[in-house]
Amino acid sequence: MDAHDAQPEGEQAPEETPRASLADLFVTFARIGLFTFGGGYAMLPMLQTEVVERRRWVGESELLNYYAVGQCTPGIISVNAATFVGYRLRGVVGGVVATLGVVFPSVVLITLIALFLERVVDHPIVQHAFAGVRVAVAALMLQAIVKLWKTGVRDVFGVFVFALGFAVAAFTELSPVIVVLSAIALGLIANHSGLVRHLKQSRDDERVRDQEKRP
Amino acid sequence: MKTLALLCFEFFKTGLFAVGGGMATLPFLYDMAARYPWFSARQLTDMIAISEATPGPIGVNMATYAGFTAAGVPGGILATLALVAPAIAIITCMARFLASCGANQNVEFAFYGLRPAVTGLIAAATFEVFKLTILRPDAFGQTGGLSRLFDWGALVLFAVVFVALMKTRLHPALFIALGAAAGVLFDL
Repeated sequence: MDAHDAQPEGEQAPEETPRASLADLFVTFARIGLFTFGGGYAMLPMLQTEVVERRRWVGESELLNYYAVGQCTPGIISVNAATFVGYRLRGVVGGVVATLGVVFPSVVLITLIALFLERVVDHPIVQHAFAGVRVAVAALMLQAIVKLWKTGVRDVFGVFVFALGFAVAAFTELSPVIVVLSAIALGLIANHSGLVRHLKQSRDDERVRDQEKRP
Repeated sequence: MKTLALLCFEFFKTGLFAVGGGMATLPFLYDMAARYPWFSARQLTDMIAISEATPGPIGVNMATYAGFTAAGVPGGILATLALVAPAIAIITCMARFLASCGANQNVEFAFYGLRPAVTGLIAAATFEVFKLTILRPDAFGQTGGLSRLFDWGALVLFAVVFVALMKTRLHPALFIALGAAAGVLFDL
């Protein structure tokens, strides 16, 4: 790991096809996985430092593009970004190696923690601690929903689909897969049938009315 | 052997259908908890805390932990690999065709339905966590008294953490540590 750190920084000019060995890819992405908490957007600054500034493997805007695509394809966003960068540098094998690198620290650390927790989980203090931790998790998850609601639920249709997804997952045995597939279908139908245009229209009308009300 | 194969299948499915990042994998995991004897909803909730407070993407941490609980070290490794396998395949294809989302109008339309639905799915997972923490559905069912519905001590802690989360930009791991301390101090 240190050998790579010793590379002179800032000397390599951005080339047409940046070079990276597979070992380089693995180690760099393992480091990114090791030093970011939370994943998703928390991983972006670390990727910028390691991949854009230090190694100059991809450009800033390219990385942001990968992130945007990673958000709208299945899977973990930061893992998707790793696959993209790896693929760009070393083809399919590069994509696989970068992804394995980014998940490697998780697999090792979590396995160690799980092994340790298995031994102490029956201790009363640990039980009480986790009872409190679960409450904190409940708050964290509600915060995540508030964030998602702000970007994802934009009109009556959104509220309807949200309620449907919640009800199916909370009160039936149906798989989330069915919810995901139906939601895609509903989104396509609503847009192609003109329902969305109708909703937008009524929202604009409302806005006009609001403006007229003002003195 | 059979467990490992099933585990791979379930996590592959999760990797394929969980759109929108780590949190989006949670509904699939709670679904697994309901259908298989691998781990309970309570264990999953503990795992979320560990995953938030440990380096690495949450979705990956959850897969390793859930797989480990279900089938030991091989389970943890296989579940993680199965989770990322569909993403590797999809991203590789997309990179090859230089596709990008947003360019295609139908992708935008699909997401118009997908985003609120995923929010609803995560809300259902959150409801599971509520039932384990601030709500007491059993006590409520027996007595019907509304005051029995809530675990008041937990509700106060929940409110404090939630308000602090919304008002500050402190790291989630800090709130998990706070929860642990409060749990020990107040015998939750």
